Amino acid sequence: MKILLMLSVVPDTTSKINFTDNDTRFDSTGIQWVINPHDEFSLTRAMQLKEKHGGELHVVHVGPSINEPVIRKTLAIGADKAFRIDTVPADSYYTAVQLAEFLKAKHYDLILSGRESIDYNGGMVPGLVAAMTGIKFVNAVIGLEIEGDQATVAREIEGGKETLQTSLPVILAGQKGLVKEEELRIPNMRGIMMARRKPLEVLQPAEAPVKTQYLKFEKPPQKSAVKLVDKDHLDELIDLLHNEAKVI
Amino acid sequence: MAILIYAEQTNGKINKTAKELASYAAELSRKTGMPAYAVSFGAEDPETLFQYGISKVLNITNDAFKTFSARAYSEAIAQAAEETGARILLVGESADAKYLTPFIAAQWQAAYVTGVISEPLTTEPFVVKRKAFSNKAIAHVQLNGNKKILGIAKNSYGLKENPSDGTVKSFEPQVDSTLFDEFKVLSVEKATGKVSLSDAEIIVSGGRGLKGPENWGMIEELAEILGAATACSKPVADMGWRSHTEHVGQTGKQVAPNLYIAIGISGAIQHLAGVNSSKNILVINIDPEAPFFKAADYGVVGDAFEVVPRLIEKLKAFKAEH
Ligand SMILES: Cc1cc2nc3c(=O)[nH]c(=O)nc-3n(C[C@H](O)[C@H](O)[C@H](O)COP(=O)(O)OP(=O)(O)OC[C@H]3O[C@@H](n4cnc5c(N)ncnc54)[C@H](O)[C@@H]3O)c2cc1C
Repeated sequence: MKILLMLSVVPDTTSKINFTDNDTRFDSTGIQWVINPHDEFSLTRAMQLKEKHGGELHVVHVGPSINEPVIRKTLAIGADKAFRIDTVPADSYYTAVQLAEFLKAKHYDLILSGRESIDYNGGMVPGLVAAMTGIKFVNAVIGLEIEGDQATVAREIEGGKETLQTSLPVILAGQKGLVKEEELRIPNMRGIMMARRKPLEVLQPAEAPVKTQYLKFEKPPQKSAVKLVDKDHLDELIDLLHNEAKVI
Repeated sequence: MAILIYAEQTNGKINKTAKELASYAAELSRKTGMPAYAVSFGAEDPETLFQYGISKVLNITNDAFKTFSARAYSEAIAQAAEETGARILLVGESADAKYLTPFIAAQWQAAYVTGVISEPLTTEPFVVKRKAFSNKAIAHVQLNGNKKILGIAKNSYGLKENPSDGTVKSFEPQVDSTLFDEFKVLSVEKATGKVSLSDAEIIVSGGRGLKGPENWGMIEELAEILGAATACSKPVADMGWRSHTEHVGQTGKQVAPNLYIAIGISGAIQHLAGVNSSKNILVINIDPEAPFFKAADYGVVGDAFEVVPRLIEKLKAFKAEH
């Protein structure tokens, strides 16, 4: 089985988010870049499936060369080969075109990604890639089993889950729940050594339109100071919730 | 030219998200002069939308659409857009909406942004504010081109009544039936009788400070009195005290209720990223230094095992009077 992970590289979740150039650009000073947390679930599931069924795992990333250490990390975890499409992922549409063009030239049985990137939180790239390639797609995937050429896929729906069956190939956007937290893979020393010799191919980007432009960033408004209520005077709290916040 | 909303339903009825989209569409209609229409997949009460400024609802009642298919639904919505001459499509943030909208965006080659939290700052060029960096920033984004799709963040605009005269038109999209056969639905599991996290006006959430799953009785009781949904922090779901579906935060669900009550949750940055769009936050924590108090509107410093039962008693008395 040939598996592909579409990888997004994002600032670590504890990062302080700041902007530069008059608040028009994300300030990457001091930022530690990591595998997008949602992608980690898909990467681990891909490794488990590869180990069970045999085959190869490839990784593709749209982004500049400074992201290569994070791509190497996926190779250290066990991916066999990586591709980097050498361009700045200007927006979701532009990024999706790059991935769709990549997929048109190759064949994979299973294509995985995360449900959204935690930086721009668009949540639309996997669906756009599916639409552009005509490959079947399931979003918000929390369970995946493969049997022959059939995939059993659980997706999150409002207030529950839906389990679907389909034939390969399919694009799946994974998230927490796809594998258990304690199963998440991290690189070991041997993996890191081996990753150095694994292929990382750099590809040129395709022509594609950019549909959206980020003009400016601001910080969310600061909350005013918390109103503390004494635990022996909870009537006051109820009064505040009722008369001030008007939520009960 | 028109504005179209994808009006979703809960248990057959037009839901709050749809009403919020309608409210937004009505405002956009005033700003642009384009009429505001809706498409619905067989809601029982499409007229409800007239109350919020929608003047025409295309209602799709074919039995085929009783089964959800992202591709078939997206095709049907695109045809409704074609029929009404829509240039701007508004969608919510439900699991289904997020699943199907990219198909429309690709077909339309539209500028599509999610997490929108403001009405347009300007319409020429078309600029809106959206959430970014998991609620740690707000971005001003310009949408180029003549077709636009806005995913409106829940509870960001609110409901604004704006009664208008309207018509409901039955609509029959021509959708290739094989689109429904891409997937076979094996099972659907839904928690019944409980308020779902995404619909909830109030959420009661518990963290590791509650010590163990056996102590969730008081959380559920508090939720029941308030008509609230229950949620939890990540470690609580990881340890299996509560189901993963309750996990909120950066890597869980993003929620924005009118009131979020955090009990025994420290307020880690990743937790806050999923809850800090809530209109009001109440924190109950034994540690006065817990970081959550900095993000809270109301706080009680105290032992949850003492405070929550007392709060339940007080609320019961309050509810009996109101
Ligand atoms: C990549 C990544 C993603 C993450 N994503 C998420 C996410 O989506 N959601 C999330 O929640 N976390 C997430 N986390 C984890 C997060 O960093 C915190 O570890 C987690 O939120 C802490 O959960 P908690 O507040 O329940 O537990 P703790 O941090 O252990 O806090 C327990 C709190 O309970 C209080 N307490 C103890 N006893 C009592 C009592 N008797 N009465 C009242 N209060 C009491 C304590 O004072 C403390 O503040 C993520 C972490 C990483 C690295």
